[in-house]
Amino acid sequence: MIRDITIGQYYPGKSLLHKIDPRMKLILTFAIIIVIFLCKNFFSLGIIAVTAVAAALLSRVPLKMILKSLKPIVIILLFTAVLNIFYTQGGATWFEWKYIKITEKGVFTALFTMVRIVSLVIISSLLTYTTTPTMLTDAIERVLSPLKIFKIKVHTLAMMMTLALRFIPTLIEEIDRIMNAQKARGADLETGGIVQRAKALVPIFIPLMVSSFRRAYELAFAMTCRCYTGGEGRTRMKQMKLSGVDFFALFACVLITAGIVVLNHFFEAVI
Amino acid sequence: MNEKLIEFENVTMFYNDPEEAEADKNIAPALIGVDFTVNKGEFVAVLGHNGSGKSTLAKLCNAIYEPSSGTVKVKGIVADNDDKADEVRRIVGMVFQNPDNQIVATIVEDDVAFGPENLGIEPKEIRRRVDDALKAVNMYDHRHREPHKLSGGQKQRVAIAGVLAMQTECIVLDEPTAMLDPMGREEVMQTVHRMNKEMGITVVLITHFMDEAVKADRVVVMDSGRIVMQGKPREVFSQVEKLRSHGLDVPQSTELCNMLGIKNSVLDVDECVEEITKMLGGAR
Repeated sequence: MIRDITIGQYYPGKSLLHKIDPRMKLILTFAIIIVIFLCKNFFSLGIIAVTAVAAALLSRVPLKMILKSLKPIVIILLFTAVLNIFYTQGGATWFEWKYIKITEKGVFTALFTMVRIVSLVIISSLLTYTTTPTMLTDAIERVLSPLKIFKIKVHTLAMMMTLALRFIPTLIEEIDRIMNAQKARGADLETGGIVQRAKALVPIFIPLMVSSFRRAYELAFAMTCRCYTGGEGRTRMKQMKLSGVDFFALFACVLITAGIVVLNHFFEAVI
Repeated sequence: MNEKLIEFENVTMFYNDPEEAEADKNIAPALIGVDFTVNKGEFVAVLGHNGSGKSTLAKLCNAIYEPSSGTVKVKGIVADNDDKADEVRRIVGMVFQNPDNQIVATIVEDDVAFGPENLGIEPKEIRRRVDDALKAVNMYDHRHREPHKLSGGQKQRVAIAGVLAMQTECIVLDEPTAMLDPMGREEVMQTVHRMNKEMGITVVLITHFMDEAVKADRVVVMDSGRIVMQGKPREVFSQVEKLRSHGLDVPQSTELCNMLGIKNSVLDVDECVEEITKMLGGAR
């Protein structure tokens, strides 16, 4: 089971969304996320919802996977909805019983926030569904490279991210092995209270730490042997080039933003 | 032909501070006065039991360590500063024991590209080298896979491809098969031999598997930081008793024939079969 894990949640495919340059995708995703918070009424919010759904369809990522990305936020959604319904007051009263009073504004705000959060999660998870972690770290390195003028070591940070991604599966395997080894020595990991169980984890994490340090040491040797001296003078095999698709995506995002600004202007704000 | 690629001259290596070591007699140097040369195009196997200094020898070839005394020259270059060490590493590549700890990227082809990228080579040229290197180790079909989903032998071949793509003249393998199953060992050893024969790459193979040393051009046996035996595999493996005294076994076929009292030195299974047939005096 552990051998099958994929790093990140990349869904391999050849859709339009997969083809967008990762740098462009990264920037546009951030831009759209900001735009989501600019929406003030249901019309502009509608555009965002349609965008999210359209993007999901374009990516050809199965519905099941998208729903899976929404699963962890169900509780947050319900929580915010309930709070909004009961605590936001205003407009016509729809329901009243003792202390509970549900108003038009409360329901609208609750709906609004829910749609907003769902769109946000769909759009941001589409980024990770259609981009491999390697491409993403590459994109982050390149997008952040102007920060070099502030003496921020962007390359080093990106390299650390790549290595972290690379070693996640290796360390998971290692934990599995150590746990089995400790179980074979009679370690009890499954019973007892929280404190007891937390204590039982100590003999797992100590060997893990030790071996991680050893791995780091060996990896540093291996990297030195392959002439790694940091970001300077390095070239990249995979060059990133902006193409028609990227400008199309950029254009689409500009249109969406413009549409939202216009609709915000002409219709009354709900939130 | 006998152009010297790597030269060790009277190399002594302490892992601790030499003065500290002198004060404390219990600290033994990892290498003592080693003279060792590797010629261009040669396949040298270095044998020795654990702690014999063979790994230290490997790491000195690649300028990871600097010798405490004596000199290590690679193509005449002494790596006494970082720039020169870098130059040495462009000539001598290295493959380590644990495949997991030397793969840097999350995709096979990206990992192979890591070395050439560090050398600052043109992207198109890197692509060409990566494809060639992956084809040379028969991993081209796996180029888009994630390293953690490969078998040990495959990972090790990716690591070898990573060195090939740097186009080094020499490759030092530090027990590349120690953590592999027999199948993986076979895959890796075939690749290494092919590299040596077809591409003319000089190979220094550090190992404790006798069978892997049999096909080398030259075998070097180490014990307690010293080179104790050196020569063609046939010469070295015929001295069964001496090898045993250094904590090593001989290849199984050699051992069997030795026990049977066959005088001719035997290296592999085929020769062993032949000798035994001869001894039994009959047709097979």
